[in-house]
Amino acid sequence: MASTVTAEAEQTPALVVNGVSHSFGDRKVLDRVSLTVERGAFVVLLGLNGAGKSTLFSLITRLYDNVTGEISIRGFDVRRRPSQALQRLGVVFQSRTVDLDLTLMQNMKYHAALHGFAGREATRRAQQALELVGLADRANEKVRALSGGQVRRVEIARSMMHRPDLLLLDEATVGLDLGSRESVMKIVRDLVAKEQLGVLWATHLMDEVIRTDQVVILHKGVILYNGPVPQLLTLTGTSSVREAFRTVTGTKTTIDEAA
Amino acid sequence: MSSQAATTSPGNISAMYQDSEADAHRRLGIAGYFACFKGIVWREILRYLHQRERFLSALVRPLIWLFIFAAGFRQTLGISIIPPYQTYVLYEEFIAPGLIAMILLFNAMQSSLSMVYDRETGTMRTLLVSPFPRSFLLLSKLLGGVCVALLQAYAFMLVAWFWGIEPPPITDVKLFTFYDPPTWAGGAIPAMTDPVTTQLFSVPGFIQPFAGYITVIPAIVLAGLMLGSLALLMSSVIKQLENFAGVMNFVIFPMFFASSALYPLWRIREASPALFEICRLNPFTYAVELIRFGLYGQVDTVSLAIVVGCTIVFLAAAVFAYNPSKGLIARRGGPGGAA
Repeated sequence: MASTVTAEAEQTPALVVNGVSHSFGDRKVLDRVSLTVERGAFVVLLGLNGAGKSTLFSLITRLYDNVTGEISIRGFDVRRRPSQALQRLGVVFQSRTVDLDLTLMQNMKYHAALHGFAGREATRRAQQALELVGLADRANEKVRALSGGQVRRVEIARSMMHRPDLLLLDEATVGLDLGSRESVMKIVRDLVAKEQLGVLWATHLMDEVIRTDQVVILHKGVILYNGPVPQLLTLTGTSSVREAFRTVTGTKTTIDEAA
Repeated sequence: MSSQAATTSPGNISAMYQDSEADAHRRLGIAGYFACFKGIVWREILRYLHQRERFLSALVRPLIWLFIFAAGFRQTLGISIIPPYQTYVLYEEFIAPGLIAMILLFNAMQSSLSMVYDRETGTMRTLLVSPFPRSFLLLSKLLGGVCVALLQAYAFMLVAWFWGIEPPPITDVKLFTFYDPPTWAGGAIPAMTDPVTTQLFSVPGFIQPFAGYITVIPAIVLAGLMLGSLALLMSSVIKQLENFAGVMNFVIFPMFFASSALYPLWRIREASPALFEICRLNPFTYAVELIRFGLYGQVDTVSLAIVVGCTIVFLAAAVFAYNPSKGLIARRGGPGGAA
């Protein structure tokens, strides 16, 4: 992609997490976690509930600060330069974050305002982002009228409005039916291909991983594997991500049961 | 600027709006702050207008007090002439400022609970990932809540006006100062024997009949800010979404009843000196008095100082609690206990 920014800046990864540990009291939730999300990469963060995924997300989104290690978004440290870092970050939280009683457009404009956009500029960005997820024609309907999958798509549109370099999704497909799950995943994967977006996709659903993804297995706060899917399968001598996960983590139960 | 136009295809946002660094700086400049502030306040108002039950209950609650409670007590409670009143007033007129303060209190506590709820559903987290400084975001949210409270207060004053309860015409805006230091202060603060009234400016004739409705605005905003920042502080401390009854029993009722909202303080002193001292320690008393004097075109200096002081303390504590590195959220482990 042609751009005015230098080639070097273009290479700066969307997200770098380096040696991050975190404890709540005596309980260590993350232990020296390191991972990188390159631009245009789709990275799946696999882990059971309670593995530390949400804590890691809280640290990246700066709900609270990382005490050890480093987290940077496009080279901006979230602790030292939070404003620049957060400007380049889009998040889809696990729980719903849109107002049901407001229209799609009202919701979108609120979030545009949170990034400093107002007036026509906000409307234009909202409209374009809704087009991106195929909901532009429903802009003036209340969110309540949408299905669960469509609400998720609104949230993706919302998080893309300020054109972030990094998109975090925390269990974005939880509670969706198969069709909605597929459409949500397709939208995000398309964005990765088209926008040079770096995506960190946290999930406990093994079947959401495809062969070209990078997989990070987080278990009890420790990263057990970080690399491409084929290599994971070769390494563990298994034929599916599900089996590989079980081998790596040593969990007996199947992951979906545990979740 | 952009050389990506060639790759434009429908649905490709980067080609549609290319953000340069300069753009990014601009949108976080003054205009960006203003857009963000406006967006947050507007969302509070929109949400409020969509919750009809909330609007109704906020209106009905003080009206019940006004029409039933005050009507009943009117005969038993005589209000003597105390500042800012210059004649005997009906009990309804006396409790109206207290009821306005009650609206502010309920509104603040409700929004505090909704913030705890927001924190669990993720709305609060969406607010906090905005690139603007966190203290600015929290203050904007607070002011949004105050705007909603102001709307509610005016709806109440309108109904009260139909009932014949309205502030008197105001010819001059005055500064009122009187302080009777509590006994436990041990003479550390000098007492004032007589109130001192200083004229600030006179009100143009055509505004005089309804000037009270205007001069009360700053008082409502300040009192709303104080109660709102207290609520904000509470929202960072309350771990889980607790039921409203708990907040009602332990915060709203004690604050409301142990104040000058329903009875003048000198009456309380006659009944119980201990309760009188408690009322004087209650910041809500000063919120009520600030509004009471505001309706009469007067600024009660002591109440003003206490309300402003409490606002600063509560707000600083709330910002501290939401601070990512020092805050209570970090120490306690996740929003709403999510791990």
